[in-house]
This record gives sequence, C-alpha cells and structure tokens, in this order.
Amino acid sequence: MEASKNYRWSTLLTEVVMILVGLVFLVPFYFLFVNSVKTFGDLLSNSASWPKSFEWHNYSRAWSLTKFPSAFGNSLIITVISNLLLALFSSMAAYRMVRHDTRYNRFLFTIFVAAMVIPFQSIMIPLVKVTSWLELNDSIPGLIVCYLGFGVPLTVFLFHGFIKSIPLEIEEAARVDGTNIYGTFFRIVLPLMKPMFVTVIILNTLWIWNDYLLPSLMLQSPSLQTIPIATFAFFGQFMKQWDLALPALALGILPVIIFFLSMQKYIVEGITQGAVKG
Amino acid sequence: MNRKKSSELLSQLVFVGPSTVFFLIIIVTPFLLGLYYSFTNWNGISGEVSWVGIDNFKQIITKDPDFGRAFWFTIRFTVVGIILANVLGFFLAYFLTKPLKTRNILRTIFFMPNVIGGLLLGFIWQFIFVKGFSAVGAATGWSFFNLPWLGDETTGFWGIIIVFIWQTAGYLMVIYISSINNIPKDIMEAAEIDGANKLQILKSIIMPLVMPAVTVCLFLAISWSFKMFDLNLSLTKGGPFRSTESVALNIYNEAFQNDRYGLGTAKAIIFFVVVAVITSLQVKFTKSKEVES
Repeated sequence: MEASKNYRWSTLLTEVVMILVGLVFLVPFYFLFVNSVKTFGDLLSNSASWPKSFEWHNYSRAWSLTKFPSAFGNSLIITVISNLLLALFSSMAAYRMVRHDTRYNRFLFTIFVAAMVIPFQSIMIPLVKVTSWLELNDSIPGLIVCYLGFGVPLTVFLFHGFIKSIPLEIEEAARVDGTNIYGTFFRIVLPLMKPMFVTVIILNTLWIWNDYLLPSLMLQSPSLQTIPIATFAFFGQFMKQWDLALPALALGILPVIIFFLSMQKYIVEGITQGAVKG
Repeated sequence: MNRKKSSELLSQLVFVGPSTVFFLIIIVTPFLLGLYYSFTNWNGISGEVSWVGIDNFKQIITKDPDFGRAFWFTIRFTVVGIILANVLGFFLAYFLTKPLKTRNILRTIFFMPNVIGGLLLGFIWQFIFVKGFSAVGAATGWSFFNLPWLGDETTGFWGIIIVFIWQTAGYLMVIYISSINNIPKDIMEAAEIDGANKLQILKSIIMPLVMPAVTVCLFLAISWSFKMFDLNLSLTKGGPFRSTESVALNIYNEAFQNDRYGLGTAKAIIFFVVVAVITSLQVKFTKSKEVES
C-alpha cells in the first residue's frame, strides 16, 4: 500500500510537469489564434493578450485574398491523385519484384533503394530542364508525374518488405483454381496489403500536402497554386500585415490539423512502421 | 512456349513498367544530367552550354566562402538540433509511457506540430519571435525575450533550432514510445523487485534497450536537418547577411537567384556525395546495432 501511495504522488508530479510542457508546446497555436482575430492596432499594442473584440472578417478577407478555395482544391487534387497512383503502381511493382525474383528485378530494386539516398535539392536544377522538355511545367498533371517519380523508391521499398511477409500458399491456391496473375493480384493480394496501404498513404499525404519546394519550381500560374505556395506568395505581399497573414496561416494549417486529429491512430502507427522499415 | 514468354513479358511490363518509367524520367535522368552540367557553365537561359572541366568545383572550394559557411552552419545546426530534439523526444516518451491520465492527449499535442509543413510553421514562428516574444518580454521583463530574435546570427541560429525541435521532438517521441513499450515487462518488474530505483531502471535497463531506436532517431533527425530548406526560407531567408543559410538554400539561391545553374549543379553534386556518405554510414551503423539487440 505504501509503495502505491508513493507512486501516486510521483505520478501526479510527473503529470503536472508534463501538462505544463504540453502548454508550452501549444503556445504558438495560442499566439496564432488570438492574434488572427484582432484588429491591427490591438495586435500591435499587445500580441500576448486575449483579443478585445473578435474580428472574424479578418478570416473572410484572408479567405478571398489568398483564393483559399482554389489553393485548397489544387492541394487536394494533387495529393489525392498522386497518392492513389503511387500506391497502385508501387504495390504492383513491389509484388512483381518479390514474386518474380529475377536478376533484372533484383537489380531494379537495388537501384530504387540506392536512389532513396539522393536528396531532392541535388537533382532539382536539372529536373526543371527535364520537365520543361517534356512540357510538364506549370501543369497539375505534370506535378503529379514528378510526385510519382519521387515517391516510387520509398513506396516500393515499404510494399516490398510487406509482401515478403504474405504467405505464398494463398496465391498458389488461387492460381491452381485458374485465376491469372492480374486476378490474383487485384482480388487476393491487394486486400491483404491494406495495412501497408494505410501506412504508405499517410506518409505520402503528409509529404505531398506540405511540400513547398517542388511545386514552387514547377507551377507558375497563380490559378495552380497549392496552399504552401499561396501562403508564401501572400506572405511576400502582405509581410507586415499580420491581421491578414495570421488568418491566412490559420486557414492553411486547418485542413492538415483536421486530417491529423481524425486519423491520429493510423498516423502514429504509420510513422512507427515507416521508421522501423525505412 | 513463345506465348508463355510473351505473356510473362507483358505482365512484367504491366506490373513494373509504370513505376520504372516515372522513376527514370524524374530521378535518373536529372541525376545523370546533373553530373554533366556540373562540368559546364550552363546559365539556365541560353541554349549554349560549354564544358569547363572542374572549374566549378575549383571555384566552389577556393572562391566561395558562402558555400563553406553554409556547410559549417548546416553541420553546427545538425549537431545541436539532433541532440536537443532527441533528448527532448526521449524524455517525452519516457514520461508518457507512465500511467498518466492525460497521456493520450499529451501525445497528440506533442506530435501535432509535425504534421504542419515547415514553411507554414516557419511563418507562424516568425510572428512569435518578432511580436510574441517582445510582448512576453515587456510583460515579464525577462531579457531572454527581449533579444533581437532572428535579427542577428546567434538569435537566428537558435531561433531555427527552437522551431526545429518543436517540429521534430514529437515524431521522435512516437518512435521512442514504441521502443519503450517493447521492453519486456518482466525485466522491469524483476528490477523493481530487486529494489532498483527509477534512475537505475532508466539508466541500466531502458537506455540500453532503446539503443536501436536511438540510432534510427538520430539518423532520421540528421537527414531532416541536413536537408533543411523550408524552415530556413520562411524564418530567416538565410539572413542576416547569409549567416543562417543552409546548404540546400545556398544551392537554390545559386541556381534560381543568381542564374548560375552550372555552379549550382556542382554544389548539388557535392551535397549529394556528403549526404550519400552519411546515409550509408547510417545504414551500416543501424545494421550492426540490430544484430546486437
């Protein structure tokens, strides 16, 4: 009994300290929110205090000035389509590489893994040249092609590790029943890979949604801007106008925060999986 | 026989083809072109590209103190950033694997900054450093908050470090939590029965058993900090006077601001070699640790 009493006190102390640390972690969100609804004067005179009045029209001004619906739509299209194609093509390639372990496939897999070492910044300059030759510049499909190229190595790698753990017997039974390789893959193997699909989609979503550098090099038209690009452009223009910049930032982080809070369990699992395997 | 062969070829193409094509276009071609351009005077605009041999590399090493400074900044940043982020991540995990009532919500809070992109995070913090800190400084009188945040080299460096830690500690925490949870319960219980105190358990049981996770986390953090671009751009733009410019930002500026694409590609190749060496060391080191544990 005495031990558990002792234990409770130390746990309570830990709890209090950790809550304080948690509050420190939340401070930036506090600053962002309270100042995003202040008048410019209120914001300048004291940015730590609670707002004197809530100026919600700051948000509607930022909403229309950043053309938020357009930026959100572009980000969404790019993220969703890249994700679906990336997961499909990579799972197919990984499946073939595991089940058809020829010298050629082994070589290709080695090249994929080796390419994961290449940092984006060391190929971005010639990349712009290549994409302009292929007329992929300044178009959303073109940007998606880039994400497919950059995403393939890690995604194939993750699927490759997963497929190795799927027992071959299930597929063999299907093959004996006369199902061809396509049917076997899409009807039998694909459903078995669901957990890895979740991991892959989460990792790729966080990467593509938040990416700034690649779209900034690829997209020039204002109508094609993604959220990070639109935010950057807006910031350049309204640098010191915090009553516009802060609501724009709050709007910008809102979708990904909602995504995180609703998918939290899968995200944490995906991160752990990805870290162990990657 | 022939039909079987051609259907095999077809399924090879269907399954592996798309990934391979995108990979060749987007990664392999630019990579090989980059090797070539690094030996030229390509300026990105004119069609004329002439071979200049190793002039670019010579110039980078002998006449470009900014590149050297960017490397030195990145190395210092990496060393300080990964140690602090890992220490914080580990201790968050250590305390959040205890039976706290608020454990789940705290985990959520610590992880949340990580899902926000570096660019938006940097802009949010820019406001906090410039306006928020001075308001706190005025209210409390603490000189720490009244420093010229992001305005000189030292505060710029530490400013980016603070944001980097805020962004990454939660991610590292998640990995440490899963590693601590994997420690067999009976080992901990046996130690408690033998009368080991908390510090002894932490030092002699938890620490050694999470070493594989430490390796993973250290190298994850190295790869983030070494390739840092977004935070750097949005917080200081590399300033003041290029004193907080990371290597990635330096390469970007050389090519897209100064239009010296050939020189930029040469820097990019140097950057690649350094990252490749670090990463292969990482893989080797991680592998050897895995055998031990």
